[in-house]
Amino acid sequence: MMICGRGIEKLRWIREDMMISLDVFLFLLRFMRLIQIQMSKSAIDVPPKGGFNFDLCRRNEMLFKKGVQPPSFRKTGTTIVGLVFQRLLFLFNQLHSSFSIFYLQDGVILGADTRATEGPIVCDKNCEKIHYMAPNIYCCGAGTAADTEAVTDMVSSQLQLHRYHSGRESRVVTALTLLKSHLFKHQGYVQAALVLGGVDVTGPHLHTIYPHGSTDTLPYATMGSGSLAAMSVFESKYREDLTRDEGIKIVSEAICSGIFNDLGSGSNVDICVITKGHKEYLRNHMLPNPRTYISSKGFSFSKQIEVLSTKVTPLKEKVVVIDGGDAMEE
Amino acid sequence: MNLLDSTPANNSLLNSAMGSERTQYPYVTGTSVIGIKYKDGILMVADMGGSYGSTLRYKSVERLKSIGKHSLLGASGEISDFQEILRYLDELILYDNMWDDGNSLGPKEVHSYLTRVMYNRRNKFNPLWNSLVLGGVKNGQKYLGMVSMIGVHFEDNHVATGFGNHLARPILRDEWNENLSYEDGVKLLEKCMRVLLYRDRSAVNKLQVWFFSLYVSLGLSSGYFASPSQSSSSKWTHE
Repeated sequence: MMICGRGIEKLRWIREDMMISLDVFLFLLRFMRLIQIQMSKSAIDVPPKGGFNFDLCRRNEMLFKKGVQPPSFRKTGTTIVGLVFQRLLFLFNQLHSSFSIFYLQDGVILGADTRATEGPIVCDKNCEKIHYMAPNIYCCGAGTAADTEAVTDMVSSQLQLHRYHSGRESRVVTALTLLKSHLFKHQGYVQAALVLGGVDVTGPHLHTIYPHGSTDTLPYATMGSGSLAAMSVFESKYREDLTRDEGIKIVSEAICSGIFNDLGSGSNVDICVITKGHKEYLRNHMLPNPRTYISSKGFSFSKQIEVLSTKVTPLKEKVVVIDGGDAMEE
Repeated sequence: MNLLDSTPANNSLLNSAMGSERTQYPYVTGTSVIGIKYKDGILMVADMGGSYGSTLRYKSVERLKSIGKHSLLGASGEISDFQEILRYLDELILYDNMWDDGNSLGPKEVHSYLTRVMYNRRNKFNPLWNSLVLGGVKNGQKYLGMVSMIGVHFEDNHVATGFGNHLARPILRDEWNENLSYEDGVKLLEKCMRVLLYRDRSAVNKLQVWFFSLYVSLGLSSGYFASPSQSSSSKWTHE
C-alpha cells in the first residue's frame, strides 16, 4: 500500500538498490523492535494478543501534520424523495344531498438515486438506498452510508421482534419513534437523514427524520444534497389527487431532477411503491445514464506484458518468525 | 473612471490598524433574480423584498432597473452595493451619450463593463456583494448574461441567482425552449417564483416582472414595459 502524492520523501531505503514504502518500512521496524523486546525482556515472553493496537496513532498524527488527509467517509450524497398518493372519489348523493369521500387507491411511493460518494469520488455507481424495515414499511437513507445502513438494520430487527411479541403488523409510527429516539440519543453524531414511508392499518404515512432526531409528517418530502432540485419539481407538480402511475411519474421526475442538477446524486432511479397489503420494489426503474459507447466485442488485452527482470528477495532471512500466540479462529 | 479607485492605496497595508473599509458581509439583501430569453426578447423577474438579516424589512425595493436604451439589470445581494453599481452605470451611460454619435452601449458592452468592475473590486478584497443579471436586445440580437460577486461571468439562455440556482434552474432546464411566447414565459417564471416563495425564507409575495422585446427596441416606443407589481397566488397548507 503506497502513500501517493508526496513522492520520494515517503519512501525509505533499506539497501541502496531497494526502496520500499513507508508502511512496509514501519512494519519491518515494528518486527525488529518486537524481536529486540523478545531478546531483552525475557521475563515478559508473551507477544501482545487481543485488545486494541495503538501503534499507528503516532504515525497517523505525524502524517496529518504533514498534510496527508485521512480518507473521507463513504456518503450517500443523495436525492431521496417520498410521496403519498390518495385518489379521492367524491360521490354526490342526491337523495341525502351530501358528499362522501372514498379513498380508491392510496399508498406511499419512495424514490432514491443510486450514487454513493467518498469525497469527490463516486465509489458506488449503483448502490441501494431504499432499505427494508418491515413488509409494509421502507426507509430511504441519506448521509453517511454506514450510519443509515446500521440504523435501519437495527430498527428493522427491533420491529421484527415486536411483531413476534404482539402478533400484529408493524405501524409506521413505531419505526418512527424507534429511529428518532436513537438519533436524538446520539445528538446528531449518527449522521443519518431518513425518509420513512409505509402503509399500515391506520393508512399511508410519510415521515422525514433529521440527524438530530426531529421528524416531520408530510404528504411529500425530499432529503439529501439534491433535495432542493427534487423539491422544486414536487412544489410545482404535486397535487392531492394523484393516481399510482402519476405518482410514480412525479417521483421519477424529481429524482431525475436531482440526478441531473446535483453533483452528489447520479446514476439510476430506484422506486418503491407501498400500498395496503402489497409492495413493489422497482430496482433501477429508470436508467437515464447508460454507458454510451460499448463495444460488442468487449475489451481484449492484445499484448502480453513483458517481464523485464525478476528479483526474488525472501524476507525470511531478515526476520525471525516467533512461534507463539493462538492460531486465528476461522 | 475615477470612481473606481475608491479604495486608497494605504488601506491594504494598514488593514487592522486603521479599521477596514471593506465589505465583510452584506446587511440589506435581496434574494433571487431569474431571467430567460423568450421568442421576442428577454424576460426578467425579481421580488420586491429587502431583508435586513432575518427581518423582511423593505417590501418595495426595485431590484430591476433599465440601463441605457438596450439593457435591463437585476441584482441580488447587498442593496447598497447595487445602488453604487447603478451610479457607476449612470456615469458610463452619461459619457456615452455625450459622444452623441448615434451609437449606444448595448447589453454586451454593459456586461463586459460590469465584469471588469466586479473582478477588480474582488482583487482588492473589497467586493461589491451582488450577483447581477443583465439582459437586453440590440440590433435584433438577444443577450442574457450573469456576473457574480467574484467576477465569474457567463452568457446563457436562462440564468438565476441566489436560491434560484438550486430551486429554479432545474425547472428552467426542463421546461425552457427557444420559442416561448410572452404568456408562456411569464407563466414559467411565475412557477419558479412560486417555488421560491414556498422554500426561500427571504422571498416576498410581490414581484417585479420586466420584459425587453425586440419590437420595442426597434424604436416603436421609447422604452420598455414593466408591470410594477403582481401578487402570486399560493397554497400554504397540506391537506
